[in-house]
Amino acid sequence: MDYILNIMGPLLEGTAVTLQVFGATLVLAVPLGLALALIRLSRFRAASTAVAGYVWLMRGTPLMLQMLFIYFALPFVPVIGIRLPDFPAAIVAFVLNYAAYFAEIFRAGIQSVGRGQYEAAQVLGMSRAQTMRRIILPQMVKRILPPMSNETITLVKDTSLIYVLAMNDLLRAARGIVQRDFTTMPFVVAGAFYLVMTLLLTWGFMRLEKKYAVYDD
Amino acid sequence: MPSTTTEPMIRAAHLHKRFGDHEVLKGVSLEIGKGEVVAVIGPSGSGKSTFLRCLNQLERIDRGEIVIEGETLVTTDASGRCRYVPDKEARRICAKMGMVFQHFNLFPHLSVLGNLIEAPMTVKGLSREASVPVAEELLRKVGLFAKCDAYPSQLSGGQKQRVAIARALAMAPDIMLFDEPTSALDPELTGEVLRTMRQLADEHMTMLVVTHEMAFARDVSTRTVFMDGGDIVEAGAPGDLFGNPQQPRTQAFLNHMR
Repeated sequence: MDYILNIMGPLLEGTAVTLQVFGATLVLAVPLGLALALIRLSRFRAASTAVAGYVWLMRGTPLMLQMLFIYFALPFVPVIGIRLPDFPAAIVAFVLNYAAYFAEIFRAGIQSVGRGQYEAAQVLGMSRAQTMRRIILPQMVKRILPPMSNETITLVKDTSLIYVLAMNDLLRAARGIVQRDFTTMPFVVAGAFYLVMTLLLTWGFMRLEKKYAVYDD
Repeated sequence: MPSTTTEPMIRAAHLHKRFGDHEVLKGVSLEIGKGEVVAVIGPSGSGKSTFLRCLNQLERIDRGEIVIEGETLVTTDASGRCRYVPDKEARRICAKMGMVFQHFNLFPHLSVLGNLIEAPMTVKGLSREASVPVAEELLRKVGLFAKCDAYPSQLSGGQKQRVAIARALAMAPDIMLFDEPTSALDPELTGEVLRTMRQLADEHMTMLVVTHEMAFARDVSTRTVFMDGGDIVEAGAPGDLFGNPQQPRTQAFLNHMR
């Protein structure tokens, strides 16, 4: 028990890094994903195809590869080449990657709302933007909660990938102690930390689903 | 005399519409005057719903002209090119018409009251304080004031359709379009909807009703139009059309309906 309290400090610091990556990714990737989904569904064929290609690229290559590319290779790319410190590089990679997944979830959610809803809004005089904002997107939210719950839980665990940029997230902090003290106890504690985080997320999404259960489609 | 009083509420001239190879409307023309209740009857696939949906731009016509209360929504020039007025203008013109759908299309995420005040607030920019009393009055009128806070999924089909009618009326339209408003209802629920529509007709609302309810067409409409094969075959006072149809196709259809 004393030992666990002893290693708590570095593990909590690691958790703080994990939560920062998680939070920043969520806050930035959700709006970006929504924008991508709306472009994907827009009438502008070229933009829609470009987004489809982007989603294919981001879902078709490993997140770790994308992160390594942005940190190590991007500085040498002509024109857009910039050198990012490790934390921003990780965030950029996570946001770009997760926005692609979110875009697909949002797209599916938007497309699941029937044509009658658009027609009802139209005959009441609502513009396309008003229809989206007031009628379609609110209904989308209810429908995407289960896949969003999945995706955010995956994100919590994916944050451990930032160890490749030598950042001290929860898992890397635990591994450091394991190698120093020759005991696997830190892994067990780290596992418990992840479980607590995902439990909170699961609970939060359950609350949301309950809130939206007041109406049926 | 100002032209607005002589202009019909709806003037549709030579409407053509095709879906792929299938020509759904073959030059339909119809004028509807203020306070008229026009029932459109005809077999499935006759183009009657498409005709209705063209009037408020749910479908775009390929050729022809639509004028609503003297304002042109779409016209076709000498070279045969169909021209709609700009989007914003078209929305404003179409807002003179309320519409009721076969499948209600209520907004499931909003309460009954929410369904009624949504468009007045977002489209007309009215405040909640201004919209709620109007909405409540309309719900009283259709007999559903008690359901203000219910969600659409908690209502019966007939109640849903009455809410849909109230929602359309909340935008204070001059014309009401009904697209088979009772076709999705269980037979015992059609009566309450038809009563609400009859009440509107009694208040001299201009109405265009696509329907399979022959009794409603015969008893409530001021004029009945029979459509078949993408065009109007026969039109007239319901007494004449039902009692003494002139065209063989009308006779065949009415015999079949009996």
